[in-house]
Amino acid sequence: MDDCIISLRDINVKFGDEVILDNLNLNILKGQFVTLLGPSGCGKTTILRLISGFLHPNSGSIFFENKNITHLSPHKREVNTVFQRYALFPHMNVFDNVAFGLVVSKKSEKEIKDRVNYMLKLVGLSNFSDRHIDSLSGGQQQRVAVARALANHPKVLLLDEPFAALDLRLKKDMQVELKKIQMQTGITFVFVTHDQEEALSMSDIVVVLDKGKIQQIGTPKDIYNEPSNAFVADFIGESNIIDGIMLNDYLVKMEGKKFKCLDKGFLKGEHVDVVIRPEDIKLVPPDSAHISGVVTSVTFKGVNNEIIADIDGFKWMIQTIENKNVGDVIGIDIYPEDIHIMKKSDYSSEVGDYSSFSDEFSSEEVNER
Amino acid sequence: MIFVVYYSFTNELGNFTFSNFFDVGNYSRVFLRSIYLSILSTFVSLIIGFPTAYGISKLSPKVQRLFISALILQMWVSFLLTTYSLMTMMESNGIISKILTFFARNEISIMNTKSAVIIGSVYSSLPFMIMPIYSSISKINKDIIEAATDLGASKFTIFSRIILPMSKPGVVSGIMMVLSPNLSSFIFSKMLGGSENILIGEIIELKFLGSLYDPWTGSSLALVLVIFIFLFNSILISYDAKSKL
Repeated sequence: MDDCIISLRDINVKFGDEVILDNLNLNILKGQFVTLLGPSGCGKTTILRLISGFLHPNSGSIFFENKNITHLSPHKREVNTVFQRYALFPHMNVFDNVAFGLVVSKKSEKEIKDRVNYMLKLVGLSNFSDRHIDSLSGGQQQRVAVARALANHPKVLLLDEPFAALDLRLKKDMQVELKKIQMQTGITFVFVTHDQEEALSMSDIVVVLDKGKIQQIGTPKDIYNEPSNAFVADFIGESNIIDGIMLNDYLVKMEGKKFKCLDKGFLKGEHVDVVIRPEDIKLVPPDSAHISGVVTSVTFKGVNNEIIADIDGFKWMIQTIENKNVGDVIGIDIYPEDIHIMKKSDYSSEVGDYSSFSDEFSSEEVNER
Repeated sequence: MIFVVYYSFTNELGNFTFSNFFDVGNYSRVFLRSIYLSILSTFVSLIIGFPTAYGISKLSPKVQRLFISALILQMWVSFLLTTYSLMTMMESNGIISKILTFFARNEISIMNTKSAVIIGSVYSSLPFMIMPIYSSISKINKDIIEAATDLGASKFTIFSRIILPMSKPGVVSGIMMVLSPNLSSFIFSKMLGGSENILIGEIIELKFLGSLYDPWTGSSLALVLVIFIFLFNSILISYDAKSKL
């Protein structure tokens, strides 16, 4: 456990009767870009506040480089935070904002100047040091917040939904830049977001949270390709989650038909959740198809068409470049490697088909604890 | 205001003259005393008001509301009523005198002294000092305090580097709200200060309504006073604007 920088052990947090974190264990490795991903109220920001020291757990302990810091006050921790709404000091200019931590720790004037200038260069704001905070755009303020937090040379940088208030284009640019900064500095980043796309594109490790519990920890690829339960499959990307029965190793029955798959180790006759990503479904002529259904809606998405098809009363989402019309009968085929089998969980009954489809988690959620 | 200007440049016969302003010179001592006392009492109310405002902002929201409504209540009470109650308290057997006598162990009366005038104006101006300071302190986002803590600042550093400078607009408007009324008020000097501590506001009152009836000189005095207040305020405003840039 030498390269483990932060370790949360048996953490419980309650606000009144409400359980926020439920016996949570999490190790964060040095130098990694770790993202805490989950819907509003899943406890991701709470974890961040535990690490930064603004919140103390009801039980459990927090270790930082193998030292117990559970009750250490925030200003003594070697972590810095980029706040959701930047929290820049409005009465100071850009330079003084970035220099704040260095001035507080009484560094020499030359060191402060050098380090602030380096940080401003790192975030691409070299010519802005005399500018007043109010005169900066949202993206620029965000950069100042990152520079200010990094100026102290923290061992861990915590980022609380830093891009929530930026528009899509700026957000994408900032994501790329932040990832670059993380690689350059080698500092451990703990990033909180509810945006699964952001999580997948930036992180080394994604921690998926819901209801105060870790649902899955893994690389973005693992999380996407091998979701551990119906919640993860549903939250990360789009997925069709179908009831199935394992007939044998490598053989699953769903929609009344048998399918070959690559999964094994389940009981014979065990009820399972079958995940099929919409982009993995192949359209074939109905008469030669394994299963077939009727198109109930088509949405043009630019790169492809999003089809909702009724197959024996279950609505499937299919992404395809083929053009189909509502009412067309289509046949579908699925390759064994595109079928992912999961054990049944508490979430299995909650996530249904696409009959009442809406962009569930893609809407902006800015206000949350 | 136009009449004030008109009167200050005319004599009894309605002819144009500067002589009223020469008379103003006779009251320069009173002017200086007024300025000195009003600055002093503004300073005292700042010294008392800032910690009070800061203290209130630290309380729970419910208790904060209670304190603020108590302050507003005091603003509603008429000046005259306040003065009379202060008079009773400061009289030789009033509660303030008794307390002072108890601590000093000999008879002290502060009635008809400068201290009495200052106590009066500080008492009446405190809410006007506390309110703007409180509102600017309570407007400071909790995130900003957390950010400063996160960057390693101790409670003292946060106070001196974040809260103090960020509450400056409140302090400036507090001083503005308090200084001008203090400079021109006559009630306290009249009722509490006795004949020794007559202030410019009182002189002006006497020029218009009292024994020194002479509205022409009174107008000039008022005009000079208004110019003083205007100067004070513009200095404060420009200072405030500078700190914002």
